[in-house]
Amino acid sequence: MSDVIAARTKRSTREALGPYGKIGKTLGELDDRLGVAKGGRTFMDKIFPDHWSFMLGEIALYSFVILMVTGIFLTLYFVPSSAIVTYHGSYLPLDGQKVTQAFSSTVDLSFAVRGGLLMRQMHHWACDIFVGALIVHMARIFFTGAFRKPRELNWTIGISMLILAIANGFLGYSLPDDLVSGTGIRIAYSIMESIPFVGTYLAFFVFGGNFPGTMVIPRFFILHVLIVPLILLGLVGAHLFLLVRQKHTQFPGQGRTEKNVVGSPMFPVFMAKTTGFLFIVGGITALLGAFAQINPIWQFGPYDASRISYAVQPDWYMGWLDGVLRIFPSWTFHSFGHTIPFEVFIPAVVFPGIIFNLAIMWPMIERKFTGDNEIHHLLDRPSNRPKRTAVGVAVLVLLSMLHIASATDVIANFFHVSLNTTLIGMRVLCIISPFIAYPITYKICKEMQGVHGAGKRKTPNVVTRTAEGEYFATESPAYSEDMHDGLAATPIPTFIEPKPEEPFESGVRTVDR
Amino acid sequence: MSDQHEHRTPVSLSDLSENDPHLQPAAKNPKTVELVIAITFVVGTLLLAGFGACYWINAEPWTLGATMGGGLFFLGVGLVAWGKYLMPRGPFVEERHVLANSEADRDAFAAAIVERGGGVMKRRKILGGLLGGGLGIFSVVAMFPLLRSLGPLPKGTLFHTDWRQGSFAVDQTGRRVSAGDLAVGSIMTIFPEGSQDSDRGQAVDQTILIRVSNQNFTTMKGRESWTPMGYVAYSKLCTHLGCPVGLYEQQLQLLVCPCHQSMFNVNNGAVPQFGPAPRPLPQLPLYIDADGFIRSQGDYNQPVGPGFWERA
Repeated sequence: MSDVIAARTKRSTREALGPYGKIGKTLGELDDRLGVAKGGRTFMDKIFPDHWSFMLGEIALYSFVILMVTGIFLTLYFVPSSAIVTYHGSYLPLDGQKVTQAFSSTVDLSFAVRGGLLMRQMHHWACDIFVGALIVHMARIFFTGAFRKPRELNWTIGISMLILAIANGFLGYSLPDDLVSGTGIRIAYSIMESIPFVGTYLAFFVFGGNFPGTMVIPRFFILHVLIVPLILLGLVGAHLFLLVRQKHTQFPGQGRTEKNVVGSPMFPVFMAKTTGFLFIVGGITALLGAFAQINPIWQFGPYDASRISYAVQPDWYMGWLDGVLRIFPSWTFHSFGHTIPFEVFIPAVVFPGIIFNLAIMWPMIERKFTGDNEIHHLLDRPSNRPKRTAVGVAVLVLLSMLHIASATDVIANFFHVSLNTTLIGMRVLCIISPFIAYPITYKICKEMQGVHGAGKRKTPNVVTRTAEGEYFATESPAYSEDMHDGLAATPIPTFIEPKPEEPFESGVRTVDR
Repeated sequence: MSDQHEHRTPVSLSDLSENDPHLQPAAKNPKTVELVIAITFVVGTLLLAGFGACYWINAEPWTLGATMGGGLFFLGVGLVAWGKYLMPRGPFVEERHVLANSEADRDAFAAAIVERGGGVMKRRKILGGLLGGGLGIFSVVAMFPLLRSLGPLPKGTLFHTDWRQGSFAVDQTGRRVSAGDLAVGSIMTIFPEGSQDSDRGQAVDQTILIRVSNQNFTTMKGRESWTPMGYVAYSKLCTHLGCPVGLYEQQLQLLVCPCHQSMFNVNNGAVPQFGPAPRPLPQLPLYIDADGFIRSQGDYNQPVGPGFWERA
């Protein structure tokens, strides 16, 4: 009897809740207050393209998440202070040494805190992966033309995040106050000093006086854990907001046009894949943290301004800056009672300034050359834009050469050539390699444009036999993900490479792929 | 053969029937995929539980990373596979809407700013100027607490070190260096007595002391009296970026900076022979007193370390 009543009550409750049960009811309550139903449905239906290269930005985003989680753990133990203490911790070789609190707390959190070493190594690895993913993601955006109108602002935000990520990587790397990072700070101080007119004032204001002083660790700390991450977080939010507002770009393909987006919906497909991917990135970072030692500061020892270690290398993303400092000639300006250290100022301030400004301005520069002010949602194949691709490759080759140049001493040692030869060789390579890379890339792109069926996979021929024993071979349809000849060709602005024999109308020429 | 391509036309999510092929999983045999995913989830969960156990018994750090990393990795792989093979295969399509508004809307927006703004400013230019002036002053005065208090002004501090006439040369422990301490062909780092423990002392005053075999050694004209008994001292701060010039190549008589490989010729007043350093290392004039201690005749005759604007 009571069972029947219970069942009845249950059913009536369910009816009262409506067809979608408790979840539906909760969402209804939420909609009463915030009016989220319509937007929520649109968000659940948001389409994400399936191409693998859209995953690169996700790697960056998830390493940033890992950086924040592991970073919060580290702040609970790290002491940002230059006060001198005598080390009496669990790492016996350092026992009795006078070290700063920053150094001693970093060693302690690595050895005395359970899981501390793993968190520290994961933090460092996640940073290396973060900057790497940002650069590869940026390269994808660049080579496929995803930065074009309407996405110029998001490109600028992306470059700003890259600059901040590199800066914050350097700040974090400096915090433990070990021998290697201390040398890095010394170099940063000298670079600030090299700026004409304001250099020494800038260095004194940043460091609170002469190098090294006691202010630099606490200041770098607050920049590293609060100010820069806060700006980065804001920019990540803006980046994702613009992505949702403007929707994804996509590669051309079956059913894909400038007016739609094809792929998987936010819920459940993309959500499952991307959450899984977060776990994978986290898992790989943890495995690296477990098995690949990184920045063992107790082996370097505490910072001492009068000591130095041989073959000192910064984190990988600083390599190109170190390389250009190494190979730049010793030009300096001494006159009128003043000095401009060109040998530092040009490679360490002017050169990165030019590179980053060029990157930020690129959408504008390209528009100037092509006159293309159209809105683009379909991506380019890099070979269809040979000049842009060649410029990108030339810059990447230059930066890679500079990166290699940051290891002149190691190269000289390894190959048993003199340091002089290595240095002069690297100078020559850095200057000529971009000029070799440009025409080669350009030519390869041009060749690829002419290759019939480039960008398509081979499809099998289907052979059928009739009842009479006659054979017919028919082509099977092309893969839907591939680009089709039958598709409407992407409009290409004629201004890129106008053919004089082809008069064009309305500034748009269509080409068959 | 063409079967697998037939349903690949993208459709919109909003007008789908329940049996639409787009809602079918992508996997050919979902049962097998389900089994594989179940295995990854079980392995992942076991590893994560293992992480808890390793943490609890305070196992080696690498076991923590291996269990946590492996656990997350397996869960992630399973979840990605679930999304890729067992969820609606699609493809789905979403229409793009033009972001730009109509010409009338744009004009209305521009009008609100230009006309209303113009109305506010009409004949009130002076008020606007005054307000702008106030904000300008504020932005200047705000610089004082925000910027000026960050540090002292450089003034003369970059131009001199703590070496004085008669300063005793000491090693890092503070022990005075006497003429018999250094073997021929070896080097050591010295500081003016009293500054060997200070930050600034270590950063600015650090000097490299070399003993060459030639008793009558001299580095260049006018410095004949600076190198008693073959003892020669140079600032240890590289003139490129201020790294300590810590390597001594005895055969070639070169001091090498490990940061960017500048090389300085010890025989020749530490003139840079190679690399990016623009100037010689400043030389410290030495003498040996009656008790045999090495002392300085005075400060360096030029600022040590890398170049800066105020340096003559």
